[in-house]
Amino acid sequence: MSGRRIAATLLPLVALAGAVIAAFAIGKFPVAPVEALAVLWAKLTGGTHGLSDTIETVVLRIRGPRIAAAILVGAALAAAGAAYQGLFRNPLVSPDILGVSSGAALGAVIGIFLSLPVMAIQGLSFVGGLGAVAVVYGVAAAVRGHDPILVLVLAGVAIGALFGAGVALLKYVADPYNQLPAITFWLLGSLAGAAPADLTAAAPLTLVGLVPLILLRWRINLLSLGDEEAKALGVSTGPTRAAVVAAATLMTASVVSIAGIIGWVGLLIPHFARLLVGPDFGRLLPASALLGGGFMLLVDTLARTVAAIEVPLGVLTALVGTPFFVWLLATVRRGWQ
Amino acid sequence: MTLSAETLAFGYPGRTVGRGATFALKTGEVLCVLGPNGGGKTTLFRTLLGLLRPHGGRVRIDGSDLRDLARRTVARRIGYVPQAHSGYFPFTVADVVLMGRTAHIGLFAAPSDKDRRVAHETLETLGIAHLAEAIYTRISGGERQLALIARALAQEAPLLIMDEPTASLDFGNQVRVLERIRGLARSGIGILFSTHDPDHAFLCADRVAILHDGHIAALGTPAETVTPGNLRAAYGVEVSIQEVDMGAGRRRVCLPSFAASP
Repeated sequence: MSGRRIAATLLPLVALAGAVIAAFAIGKFPVAPVEALAVLWAKLTGGTHGLSDTIETVVLRIRGPRIAAAILVGAALAAAGAAYQGLFRNPLVSPDILGVSSGAALGAVIGIFLSLPVMAIQGLSFVGGLGAVAVVYGVAAAVRGHDPILVLVLAGVAIGALFGAGVALLKYVADPYNQLPAITFWLLGSLAGAAPADLTAAAPLTLVGLVPLILLRWRINLLSLGDEEAKALGVSTGPTRAAVVAAATLMTASVVSIAGIIGWVGLLIPHFARLLVGPDFGRLLPASALLGGGFMLLVDTLARTVAAIEVPLGVLTALVGTPFFVWLLATVRRGWQ
Repeated sequence: MTLSAETLAFGYPGRTVGRGATFALKTGEVLCVLGPNGGGKTTLFRTLLGLLRPHGGRVRIDGSDLRDLARRTVARRIGYVPQAHSGYFPFTVADVVLMGRTAHIGLFAAPSDKDRRVAHETLETLGIAHLAEAIYTRISGGERQLALIARALAQEAPLLIMDEPTASLDFGNQVRVLERIRGLARSGIGILFSTHDPDHAFLCADRVAILHDGHIAALGTPAETVTPGNLRAAYGVEVSIQEVDMGAGRRRVCLPSFAASP
């Protein structure tokens, strides 16, 4: 490997480590990296760290889980985005192309509308996300005789719009003092409420989604050639595509259910990763996941510190993402054609 | 190995384009398909590759029905060279050629060193080893066509199907690609390719099929099939076929003329 290639491979890891250190150090109660490590080490080994209980609470119960959640959410969205962009041969695709976000949103909004407990809202959101993609896949499978990829995208747009209408209707009839703010807050995305329990629910599901993507890393390259060429080169495109969609949807639905709708990460980060390590999915997947985790953590650190109140994540990712994307469009032609 | 079409009817779902196609392609021979635009050449090729279902009749590889074979098995028997396209993601030429190895790579595996070696050898065979690290989306159309041929060779399939391999190439690259086709046939590969230029049939084909209105209007040696009568029927233009002395032998050429002479 050339020096440039090693640097490109290491950069995402370094960026993530830097974001973690910054996230611990920035906030109303700054924690030095050494202190955070000491507390975590003591927790793992069952020893003592000799630091105050306040630090332990901040590291283990407040900031630690939130940092882990941010990394999980960013990594999952970016990895799913990288998979979808390969699958649909389009760099402008994001993980919600098949309606997973609108399905998750409708599920969560129904939960809030019925005043269900948080766990139930998250469960409904998760089921909604999976359900929306299942409906899209079913519709696309029923329509034959067209390019299967195009049909899938169009079905995703249509079903997404339908679920969006459901969300709009519920917002319209929701209690404007109690439920509407909660709905709006959820739709803009936040990790303010991220608890260790959320992580234990979402992390295993995300990993389950990640495994097929790792295993199928070479076939996903082939899918980016289009259905016909991939078939002629020996790929059973139908089952492979279904496995990739299922895996990416599982990852997206898991993290959207705990963090709400967070745009831009799944669109932007795979681009940036592709510029760094090239389009080969075996290298693109880890680079996207690491960069996505680091980016999300950075944005979340901004979200909780930049103003007196928490800034919604969806607002910040758009604020950071839009100029960055325009810059990519204007200056870089290497990432796509 | 023989790829055969038996009274094959072919077309898209809901629309049959052609019927009654019966012919065979053997290893070591070049079969050239001529015919006007919309005559069904690409549809026929896609059906032979199993990308479209036959509307009637069958496609066999050495006696087994194509529909009974797994995609992976078909890809090890027949390589496919599509018309040169611009590509989507900036893969290197080496990566593009490696993709030809997929039928030899396990479902959950990535290419091995052996696959990389085979890919590199095919690049050398085609004389484009210097392009290995070039970005596929940024090389010229002729280079892309050669890269796609290299990819099909990396499949190590005994049969190749090429859809208009000379389309959109300049004159020099057309001749070079035809020369490769002839060379590949000498090395024992059977090649089915389509073209718009009857002279290409004289240059490098063992047999010619003329596909017109979904039917094979003529099938035989170039001298038997590429005749003024057959070309008039297929393309509606007047041509004269001449023999010229090439020094090392005689070759036929096709000379079109305008319907109303000035």
